[in-house]
Formats: sequence, structure tokens, C-alpha cells
Amino acid sequence: MSATAPRTHFFANGLRRALTSRLAAVLSYPHGVDRYLEQFAPTQSLTEVRAEVVAIRHQTADSVTLSLRPNGNWAGFRAGQYVRLTVEIDGRRRTRCYSPAQSVHATDGLIELTAKTHASGFVSKFLQQRLTVGTTVGLSQAEGSFALPDVRPARVLLISGGSGITPVMAMLRTLTDESHAGAITFLHYSNAAKDQIYAAELAAIAAKFPNVKLLRGYAEANQGGELEGLFSRAHLEAQVPDFAQAEAFLCGPPGMMKAVQTLWADEGISGQLHVEHFSAAPAVVTDSASAEGDVRFTRSERLASNSGATLLDQAEAAGLKPESGCRMGICHACTCRKTSGRVRDTRTGEISDADEADIQLCVSVPVGTVTLDL
Amino acid sequence: MTATQKNTFSSLTPAQFAAIGADLDAIRNRVRADLGQRDADYIHNIIKRQRQFEVAGRVMMMIPPTWPLGVASLGVSKILDNMEIGHNVMHGQYDWMGEPALHSKNFEWDSADTSKNWKITHNYEHHTYTNVLGRDHDIGYGLLRMSEDQKWEPRFLANLPLTVLLHTFFQHFVAVQNLKLEEVTVYKTKTTAQLKEEFKPVWKKMRKQLAKDYVYFPALAGPLAPLVFVGNMAANLTRNVWACAVIFNGHFPEDVEQFPESVIENETRGQWYVRQLLGSANFEGGRLMHIMSGNLSFQIEHHLFPDIPAHRYAEIAPEVRAICEKHGLPYNTGSFLRQTLSTWKRIAKLSLPTPKRPKPSPRKADEEAMAPLAMAA
Repeated sequence: MSATAPRTHFFANGLRRALTSRLAAVLSYPHGVDRYLEQFAPTQSLTEVRAEVVAIRHQTADSVTLSLRPNGNWAGFRAGQYVRLTVEIDGRRRTRCYSPAQSVHATDGLIELTAKTHASGFVSKFLQQRLTVGTTVGLSQAEGSFALPDVRPARVLLISGGSGITPVMAMLRTLTDESHAGAITFLHYSNAAKDQIYAAELAAIAAKFPNVKLLRGYAEANQGGELEGLFSRAHLEAQVPDFAQAEAFLCGPPGMMKAVQTLWADEGISGQLHVEHFSAAPAVVTDSASAEGDVRFTRSERLASNSGATLLDQAEAAGLKPESGCRMGICHACTCRKTSGRVRDTRTGEISDADEADIQLCVSVPVGTVTLDL
Repeated sequence: MTATQKNTFSSLTPAQFAAIGADLDAIRNRVRADLGQRDADYIHNIIKRQRQFEVAGRVMMMIPPTWPLGVASLGVSKILDNMEIGHNVMHGQYDWMGEPALHSKNFEWDSADTSKNWKITHNYEHHTYTNVLGRDHDIGYGLLRMSEDQKWEPRFLANLPLTVLLHTFFQHFVAVQNLKLEEVTVYKTKTTAQLKEEFKPVWKKMRKQLAKDYVYFPALAGPLAPLVFVGNMAANLTRNVWACAVIFNGHFPEDVEQFPESVIENETRGQWYVRQLLGSANFEGGRLMHIMSGNLSFQIEHHLFPDIPAHRYAEIAPEVRAICEKHGLPYNTGSFLRQTLSTWKRIAKLSLPTPKRPKPSPRKADEEAMAPLAMAA
């Protein structure tokens, strides 16, 4: 092994140099090297991060944990950061954010993502029920400023709720891998013991490392946790009396986040609280006829209140000159990225979902506030 | 409304236009709602085949015994790239997949024409103003006389040889189509300075395409460079002639109508649909013929639904045909050969001035061609 590893490395490097050369670009014009490479090595790319699903397990009935082997473009992550995962579902690419839960020191090179499914969770349901081992998925590089500082804080308090456990799990695993000397409190809330992901591993870590204190709170009664009910000041004062001395890292559902943030603000220690927001699913708009909300043009930094006209008309009324052509939905010249919000197709009356998507401005009317990359 | 009744653009009532529009919209909405894995698999598979033909073609061309196969393979690859993939992807047929490489905004094809210019002359001008004289530049590409209503000029005596020239260098003619060369050379409505400026981005793309096929790949073959040079030329020529023939068959067989500019004033969606129907023609063939023509063998369906994945046209063609019958409208189709001969006959006829007719000709085609003009009057 020791003799072949550097050789393989040498060839891989040589191949990479050849494929990224000017000549390769000229010969593969206009499609580019990646469009050929992916035909026989789907996870390979010169620039994009892609990964192969190498294992799928289910820690609880309503969750799925994926092990992904990323290609060489993966630049690693800081514990707490998230990635954008792209999967193809029924021919369409869907992208969602997930926080890797593994330690940054993990030696197997795998990325571990855990998703909890819920009623409206289209992508998470797909991951749980239909994704198969061997599938190639798309990834972004790690993003987000929610991360363990490079200089590790002496006293660490990790607070999470539900599937918000994943980024702080990465923090806990990273700190214990580093034999972190300071005290670590892991405060986690979930509905019931059977729904709690990473339960067994947390217990094992708490048993192995005397500086790790595990506090499990369950909304349902008699779950065998250290705490009962939702997050409260009483929990904190009883179990983590020195919380004001800790750097706290928080990730969970909106209600819990708000409760924690309010408490930290009341104590005047908001500077020690680091938060990761879950992207809550936007409310479904039922009344599509009335013109409510705003149209935000992010690139040109304009804001207009929704007039109920097509987005092309509204953009032009706002003084923008987006590319356009037929103005009847056939030529796609006015196609533009919608980064959030729902639109109604003037031809079919169909209302889009709130996902990021490309839309044709000339046949799209905003339903509530819409943000465009224009 | 019976199948035997023949309607024309001018004989239809507003209610009939609306009914046709509703029937066609229903097909469109149903197919759009049904798009999914099958369509993604189809285009992914076609792309895989195209890449295989391309790589195989480039390699075989460098080995003398397999040279003819290499030329054929690269020719097939370029045809697939331009027609079933490029043309259709740039129409936005696969935008819904959310795959950046298959998005109409990003896709670039193996052709001298820039995708940006193509989307203006083709997606916008040609598809919005299909067969409208003075608006649809595809009517003769500024080079040919394709309609009796186009005023005859002595230069059109060369209609036939110029058509051969257009087929031969099709990719380069298409590349400069958006520059509207006739405005400089014939009508003097554009200056050479303007032209030079507009040519810059075109030349940038053209140069890369030429360098790839005629410098770099031949150079890779070392002493066999001339073989590869000629092979690439043959593959490009194959694609040029085929693509041009397919496109001509779609709009220029004799019975296909052209329209005066006045029809587009306050045109309804139903009227737009009918103009697409009467301004396009299909040709028949097997599955391979359809794939190799980018399903433009279903030109009628393509013009009705330009952003629906083209491999769906075969499935909806019987319904479109039934709608035509129901509303007494012609559905122009025939064998590839029949449509080609008909097209060339039209081109030959139009190279000469059209004789003044004292009374409307009894021929159906002439009647239909005159109808929109009569309406405009």
C-alpha cells in the first residue's frame, strides 16, 4: 500500500493537470471537460463538489442518515457549517441545506448528513424513502459562519432541538476528538426518546469523557431524560448554572431559538451566543388574486410594491431593462432566477412553490413577496 | 364543424380561434404537468450517446482504416448536438429540470453561431413571428426569395445556387444571421462599422470552433493531420446539409403559408396558434429519423409548443391532427422526399418574377396564401 499510494496520487495529479490544461479546454469546447468526464465517472468534476452515497441508515423512524464520499474538490468544513445538497427527484434537481455531523478529524473522508422528515418535507422524504446507495449527489462547499472558533473556547455549551442537533454534533465530536480539556454541556431537546437522533452515540460520549455533560429534554413525559418539557430558564439555572461563562452554540426550531435568544439577551450576554437558523417553510399563500407584498430586485437593489402585473412589466416599471422577447412565454429570453417567493403562471393559473427556481418573467405574476436575481 | 370543411386563416371566427387555442392549451398544460423522470432520462441518454459518437468519431478519424466510420460518427454527434440537444435545450425545453448544464441560459452548442444570437433570431423572432414577412428572418435568411409576396429582385435569379450555398455553409450563415448582412450589402440600411461591432462576439465563437476542428484536432493526429482536417470538414458539411434540409422542410414546402405583417397586430393566442399551424410542415419517418431531426419532423407540434421536450411531439401529434380535422384546418405532412422536392420547386419557381394574375388561381395553396393578405386589405 505504501508504495502504490504515492504512485496513484502521482497519476491522479497528472491526469488532473491534463484535464485542466488549456488544450483540454480547447478540445472540449464549447461543452467543457466536465461534460465528458461525468459520462463515465459521474462523481468526478474539475470544479464542482459531487459525492457518492455510500451508506444509508435510519436512526429513528422519521430520519435518515447518509454517508457521502465527496470527490477531490471537497475542501473540508468547520464544525457547525452546512452544505447545500442537490438531488434529482423525478427529473428535477432540488437543493436543501444540511449540516455535516461528523468530526472535522474523521479519517474516513466521509460526510455524514442526517435529515428528519416531516409532513411537508418533500426532499427529506425522498432522502428517507427513495434514495439509494451508489447515487451521485451534488454538494456545495461548506458555508455559513456558525462554526467552532479556531481558538476553542474553554467552556462550551451546545444547545439544540430536533434535527438541529447535526451541527452541534459535529462540534461535540470534533472537540472530543481533540481531547478538549474544558467542560462541554450538550443540551438537547426532542419530542420523545424514540425520535432522538444520535441518542446512543451521545450516551457513549458522555460515558467516555468526564468533561461532557449530557442533558436530554423531552416534551413528552416519562422519557427518561434529565429534563422534562420545553427549554426554560429553570432548566438552565438548575443544570447549567455557569451558562453565562460559556460560549453557547444554538440550533433548533424557531420557537426554541427565540426562547434561548431572549434569555441570553435578557442576561446581556448575546455576544456569547452563536446561532444557526433553520429555514422555516414559508406559509402557503391561498389568496393569489390580490396583489400583496413586494418585488425585490436584488442585483439592482430595487424594491417595488407588487402591482399585480407580470414581473416583466413590474421590472420595467421599476426602471430595469431585463432581457425580453416574445412577451408571451415562448422564447425564454426573460428567464430569471427567483430566489424566493411564489408566482402565478398567467397561462395556467398554476402557483409555483417558494423554492429557488428559474421563471419566465413575462408570464409570472408575484403571489406575495418575490425576490428576483435581477 | 365537419372534417370535410376547409377553413383558412381568414374564414375562422373569433370564437373558433378561441376554441382552437383552448384545445391546444389543454394539451400543453397536460404535458407540462406530466414532465418528469422519463424526460430527464431521455435527454441524459441522448447526451450520453452524443458524447460517445463524438469521442469515438474523433479517435477513429485518426486511424486510417476507420476514417470513414470516424467521419460518420462525428457527423452524427454534431447533428445530435445541434438538433435534439442544442436546439431543444436552448428553447428552454429542459429548464424545468434545474440542471445548470441543460438550462437554456447556459447551454452552448457545437456550432459557429453563438447561443445568444441564436436565441434572438430563432426563439424570439422566428418563433414569435413565424412566417411573417419582414419579421421572420428565416424566410430566405436575407439571401433567398421564399414567398411570392417578397418583391422580386434580379439577385433572386440565383435563388437555386444560393440555396445550395446556404446548405453547404449553413452553420456559418446561421452564425451571421443576426447581423442581417443584406442590410449592408443590398439595402444599405446598416453601416460596415456597425456590422464590424456586431461581428466581434460572433467571430470569437467562430474562431474557437474553427480552431478546434481545423487546427487542434488535426495537430493531435501529427502526420495524419490532413486526414483529420478533411474528416472534420466532411462531418461539418454533413451536419450543415442535414440541418438546413430539415429546417427548410419545416417551413417552405409549397402549401405552407406566409403572412403579411398586419396579422400580428392585436393577434390573439388562438390566432398565434393557427398561424403556427399553417406556417409549419411535418415530415414522416421512423424513430431514428425523428431523433436525428431533433424531432423537427414534428415542426407543427414544435411551433405550437416550442418549450415542450421535443421527444413528446410524437405522442401529441395525433391529438394535434385531430384538432386540425375538428376545426377544418390543413395539417401539412408528407415523406421527407416529398417535402424536400416541394421546397426546391418553390425555390426554383420564386427565382423568377411572379406573373401578375388577373384572377385568383384555383389552386388551394394560392388561395390560402392570399387569404391573410385579403384580410389585411
